[in-house]
Amino acid sequence: MTETTAASAPPTDQISVRNLTMAYGDFVVMRDLSFDVSPGEVFVIMGGSGCGKSTLMRHLLGMIEPATGEIFYGGESFTSASREVRESYLRRFGVLFQGGALWSSMTLAENIALPLEEYTGLGAAEIRDVASLKLALVGLRGFEDYYPSEISGGMRKRAGLARAMALDPEILFVDEPSAGLDPISSRLLDDLILELRESLGTTFVVVTHELASIFAIASKAIFLDTVTRTATAIGPPIDLRDHSQDPAVRAFLRRGEEEHE
Amino acid sequence: MSSGRGAGAAQAQDIAKVSLQRDGDQLVVGLAGTWQISAHLPGTTAVEAALESPPAPTGIEFDSQGIEGWDSSVLTFLMGVEDAADERSIPVDHAGLPDGVRRLVELARAVPERGTRTEEPKGSPLARVGGVGLKIYDGAVGELEFLGEVARAFGAFLRGKARYRKSDLRLLIQQAGADALGIASLVSLLFGLILAFVGAVQLQQFGAAIYVADLVGVGMVRDMAAFMTAIIVAGRSGAAYAAQIGTMRVTEEIDALRTTGISPMEFLVVPRVVALVLMMPLLTVYADLMGILGGYVVGVGILDLTPRAYIQQTINAVNMTHFFPGVIKGTIYGLLVALAGCKQGMAAGNSASAVGDAATRAVVNGVVAIIVACGVAQVISYVFGI
Repeated sequence: MTETTAASAPPTDQISVRNLTMAYGDFVVMRDLSFDVSPGEVFVIMGGSGCGKSTLMRHLLGMIEPATGEIFYGGESFTSASREVRESYLRRFGVLFQGGALWSSMTLAENIALPLEEYTGLGAAEIRDVASLKLALVGLRGFEDYYPSEISGGMRKRAGLARAMALDPEILFVDEPSAGLDPISSRLLDDLILELRESLGTTFVVVTHELASIFAIASKAIFLDTVTRTATAIGPPIDLRDHSQDPAVRAFLRRGEEEHE
Repeated sequence: MSSGRGAGAAQAQDIAKVSLQRDGDQLVVGLAGTWQISAHLPGTTAVEAALESPPAPTGIEFDSQGIEGWDSSVLTFLMGVEDAADERSIPVDHAGLPDGVRRLVELARAVPERGTRTEEPKGSPLARVGGVGLKIYDGAVGELEFLGEVARAFGAFLRGKARYRKSDLRLLIQQAGADALGIASLVSLLFGLILAFVGAVQLQQFGAAIYVADLVGVGMVRDMAAFMTAIIVAGRSGAAYAAQIGTMRVTEEIDALRTTGISPMEFLVVPRVVALVLMMPLLTVYADLMGILGGYVVGVGILDLTPRAYIQQTINAVNMTHFFPGVIKGTIYGLLVALAGCKQGMAAGNSASAVGDAATRAVVNGVVAIIVACGVAQVISYVFGI
């Protein structure tokens, strides 16, 4: 299957994970994960609640160390890299956290400005212009001087996306884009993700269990199974729904409804 | 609770009733009346007694013809009956229940989903003692790691390389310093007053009331001003730091800093520590003056000392060997309070109540640290004769 080819192939893709086992102490969350993500792909991590989707994303970001296994970016090992090298990778990542995670003591423009100040040599006026542009891209033109507490949850998420995009990252990680959003806002966020992938060629790693979202955006998806504690399927979600060998995967992608074949 | 028969229709309109009856080797549980969760509910003791009484029934059936209304209270009762039956492996027949009740009972008794939480094994008493020991060890290691990280961030700060916002620092300085002046005034003024009264009662007996000025002056400047100010700051700023940083953990703002490549130690902890370490000596000096003013009010207003004599006595009594230790102690207390607050915030759990706990622990640990440091300082100054 896909997993076995991934496990044996040399890691050259943009993101490659080999035999990753995630554990909290003695408690194994997921074992033997191996997969590749190519540039420009929208890679969805799916699975039931509490199966370790967000944990996998945190591993990919280096926020948690793997119990065993390795993570590669562009063929280079991230897991065994030094602290300095890892920090240099962070510049190429953008992260949209579940609630947006905007820094609450700063305005939206200041939120976006912080990574720019950190990593670019731009002057204050230029940074302000870039921040306004990023906000305009997510439909928040004119909200530069608002504080996160003054805008709605959906707007906070979009502002979080604007901040994640501040440095034009190569890879954008998105944690539960639809959580807490109404169907229309959620759809708009999906459209935004697709648009950014088309226009900027950004690779997306999205954690979600929203079926509508998965079918709309994913070019490839991995299913984390709670029972066997490993990935039971990798591939385009529609193929998995119709042709997966694993009934749990088909059931998940059909909301547990009966199959009519 | 009634086990009588025919407790049905007429008068029982608003009381839930249970009747028990034998039908061969079956126990028939009759349900009647209106079952309301807000009213008094029958227990299952009688049913359990009936299950025990020989010859023990081999099955349970229900008769719900007399039932007039029900809500989840009837389910609570039925689940009790089910559990009692399960214990004795007696089958329960749901056929006699109203349709809705039957479906809900079956729903509630469906096999629960396996939880993902792992139960902690209890273990022998020895293992538990070991567990506590390991927890203390982990706590100590965590404390040292935190101090190490703060020290490293401070190194970056002193070399001018730390990443923080100057506007944040200014705001923190204002909150820790200027905004605390009101409460610091009140507390130190009153404390000076209290010291003066306590001293006056004793000193007046020897006709030495003028020495109240020495007592208040030296007492405040050397120790009490720094001490009281530190306690106030622990309650104000220490708790605020733990709550702010803890909330930022819950909302993933700290993770967002990390993934942006900004150290939360430099960005959040260092400015808070700097703010308190800068402001505590100033607050201490201010509290010195307010405390002396408190003593002056008592000395001049109540003990009939002349203003001139009181001030002169204070100036003679208080010198730099009192002043500097007091200010240095205040600075150290400030450092301790800031570290306790930030440490608890960074270690807070992921919920609203965890943030509350962190704020509480920040204050408690801060106050304990202040008292311990104060004790150590007394011993040091005694040994070295300062």
